[in-house]
Amino acid sequence: MSPSFSWIRPEPHGIHIVPADAWVDPSRPVARALVTHGHADHARGGHGETIATPATLAIMKLRYATSQGALPVEYGEAIPLGGGVSATCLPAGHVLGSAQILLEHAGERVVITGDYKRAPDPTCAPFEVTPCDIFITEATFGLPVFTHPPIAGEIGKLLEARAENPDSCILVGAYALGKAQRVIAELRAAGHTDTIWLHGAMEAMCRLYEEHGVALGDLRLVSDATKDQMRGSIILAPPSALNDRWSRRLPDPVTAMASGWMRVRQRARQRGVELPLVISDHADWNELTRTIAEVNPQETWITHGREEALLRWCELNQRRARALALVGYEDEDD
Amino acid sequence: MEAFATLLDALVYTTSRNRKLALIAAYLRAAPDPDRGWALAALTDGLDFPAVKSSTIRGLLMERVDPVLWALSRDFVGDTAETASLLWPEPADAAPQPDLALAEVVERLSGLTRATAPRELPGLLDRLDTRGRYALIKLATGGMRVGVSARLAKTAFALAFEVPVEGVEEYWHALAPPYAELFAWGESGGPVPDLAHTPRFRPFMLAHPLEDGVVDLADYAAEWKWDGIRVQLVRAGGETRVYSRSGDDISATFPELLDVLPMDAVLDGELLVRGSAQGGEAGGAASFNALQQRLGRKTVSKAMLRDYPAFVRLYDVMLLEGQDWREEPWKLRRATLEGLMPRLPASHFDLSQLVEAGDFAALAAIRDTARDEAIEGLMLKHRMSPYVAGRKVALWYKWKRDPLLIDCVVMYAQRGSGKRSSFHSDYTFGCWAGDPDAGAELLPVGKAYSGFTDEELKKLDRFVRQNTVGKFGPVREVKRELVFEVAFDSVHASKRHKSGLAMRFPRIHRIRWDKPAHEADRLESLRALIKD
Repeated sequence: MSPSFSWIRPEPHGIHIVPADAWVDPSRPVARALVTHGHADHARGGHGETIATPATLAIMKLRYATSQGALPVEYGEAIPLGGGVSATCLPAGHVLGSAQILLEHAGERVVITGDYKRAPDPTCAPFEVTPCDIFITEATFGLPVFTHPPIAGEIGKLLEARAENPDSCILVGAYALGKAQRVIAELRAAGHTDTIWLHGAMEAMCRLYEEHGVALGDLRLVSDATKDQMRGSIILAPPSALNDRWSRRLPDPVTAMASGWMRVRQRARQRGVELPLVISDHADWNELTRTIAEVNPQETWITHGREEALLRWCELNQRRARALALVGYEDEDD
Repeated sequence: MEAFATLLDALVYTTSRNRKLALIAAYLRAAPDPDRGWALAALTDGLDFPAVKSSTIRGLLMERVDPVLWALSRDFVGDTAETASLLWPEPADAAPQPDLALAEVVERLSGLTRATAPRELPGLLDRLDTRGRYALIKLATGGMRVGVSARLAKTAFALAFEVPVEGVEEYWHALAPPYAELFAWGESGGPVPDLAHTPRFRPFMLAHPLEDGVVDLADYAAEWKWDGIRVQLVRAGGETRVYSRSGDDISATFPELLDVLPMDAVLDGELLVRGSAQGGEAGGAASFNALQQRLGRKTVSKAMLRDYPAFVRLYDVMLLEGQDWREEPWKLRRATLEGLMPRLPASHFDLSQLVEAGDFAALAAIRDTARDEAIEGLMLKHRMSPYVAGRKVALWYKWKRDPLLIDCVVMYAQRGSGKRSSFHSDYTFGCWAGDPDAGAELLPVGKAYSGFTDEELKKLDRFVRQNTVGKFGPVREVKRELVFEVAFDSVHASKRHKSGLAMRFPRIHRIRWDKPAHEADRLESLRALIKD
């Protein structure tokens, strides 16, 4: 790394913007945090001041029941952080409110992607390619085996399974923030207007999405339903509930899971998934490499995921890159 | 190839036996000949393409993908075929290609040599999508690992064409892939294939357990239930084959039995290895543990043949020199078998002796000594019983000796599959390595997942959830509090387990909610029950 970028420093617990003494997605409480999106591994509670998009702050308020120190900032609005650093949130296409953070200091530009994807998503604004000197990217699916197919085909499989099982139900495991709403919105787009039943843990987040203008149609709670009402229907639950006692109330569920990990058979089998749906809110290998090529930075830093393979790709393509040893990011449920 | 790839994928993700059966049956009905025959052979590991190895596939990928990216990917995915199917670069001009017939794929794979395989395979892989490539590579390199046994495939065939599974068993082994005659027979009730001169498998006659019943020894003969593996020895058309109880051809595992049967015959017996644990001194058999050294091997070393020589202890005669004895009563078959013995080499055959007793109570007393000879119990065979496939009520009974019992402490629990997938129904339990009150630790001695009612399972599940002290992936470690009375058939020394012991057929006999964990048994009590 060229010494002129010493104002930005990757530490084990987040990325430190030194002149402004602010942190991006810190995994422990700090005085001033910039948060890329609302997933718990990036948006921790307890910071003095939290700078994020209004939607991300709304999600954090729902999670932590407080909006103390919240500083909303719209996409594209540059705000001065102090110490000569300014920050701008740009859409990342990951979940509602998700942002890349562009940092500028003395003519140098750094983009921190947070989590992102390039595939279209009706529940959030699409990723914007932003030229920069240092591009700090995630690498959750940073292996060439991970290619996420177009979502329409996966939604088609889900609807087909539902039609084939009129007497049982399809139980879809999906991350409660983002994945669930995206699957519902895509089902609606595919013409599925029936009631979709929800695990209780998803209700509030779905309501929040609707308040932000994402229409999700007729949603009801499993706890209000009889077994017979749920026959032939689609049910959404967090992945952790798939094999839990909770699922015993469902009529002979076929277990599905919407996740990028479903690309690998053993991953699906380990979780007892009968209907794997390769649906991810992260960039796949082709999106990761294409994005690096399009952004065309002087240097690429890789925050979390399978960084060895992406490093290798950068090496093969004569791009300068380094892996940051950040702790505390988890994406097992994507 | 599309339909086969879809079937394979569906089987990978299905754990329910019934759903597997339905999937295979639907495929067998819908797919054309000879594709479905090849599929059947592939699912039951009946196909071999020696020119294509896992290393062939890896070699092809190395020419197309960066070796470091390959290694990282292979490491993550854990399976060469799957990694290759995901990483194979799709041709740039990927115009839609007509589906490849499975039969065409099989034909092209059969024609490959070590030298031509690397040249020919890319053309095939280029024509398929990810799923198709996975199916092709699994087909070519063998080992489908989709949980389909020969028995399951036969049952699916019977289900597909509404024919008796015994019939499928009769013809299956006589025919070679792609089983055209089998499908013709199944589908249209066509003529039964002519199989007189092939050494084929016939379905075994099996026994019901005798539970709390009494039989009249005037009607039933008793013999020992030997603790080996049930085999069928078949000679026809100058060739001898050995079949296991499930109908798998295990001839290659026991080559010493392939040139010792001097006449055409189908014989039913117990395969054992020489030793002294069963049936006394000279001419006796070793314990099942010794036999296990010989099982599951595709090639057998000279040392194995010398140290663990196999022989067959005969129970019954099904066919002999052109005559089918299966319709005849047992006593006639027994007389025939006894008459046959002098013509068989004593080096490889002996006769399962009848157990004589004055009455049933006397027989029970004899049965109670069976453990000392490391045998499983008694068989009771109706003297007038014909030899019929499967289990038929009141013809044959197995009367196992009462199981051994030991008190163990539950250590780990794991979720079951299928209907039990939300319950912790698989338990690992242990015995104390010394005095628990002096700080001795528990060492695992076995695993069981049966022997309790649905109500008890709910209660056990609650116990596991409330007493979890650690989680390792799907496994939960629980507080050392709950005692199981575990029933098992025998126990053997084993290097594979830290406790040095391995139980046969452990199952949960009683849940001892009342018993404190420190009163459970110690390893030494279990070790004392070894009879090797």
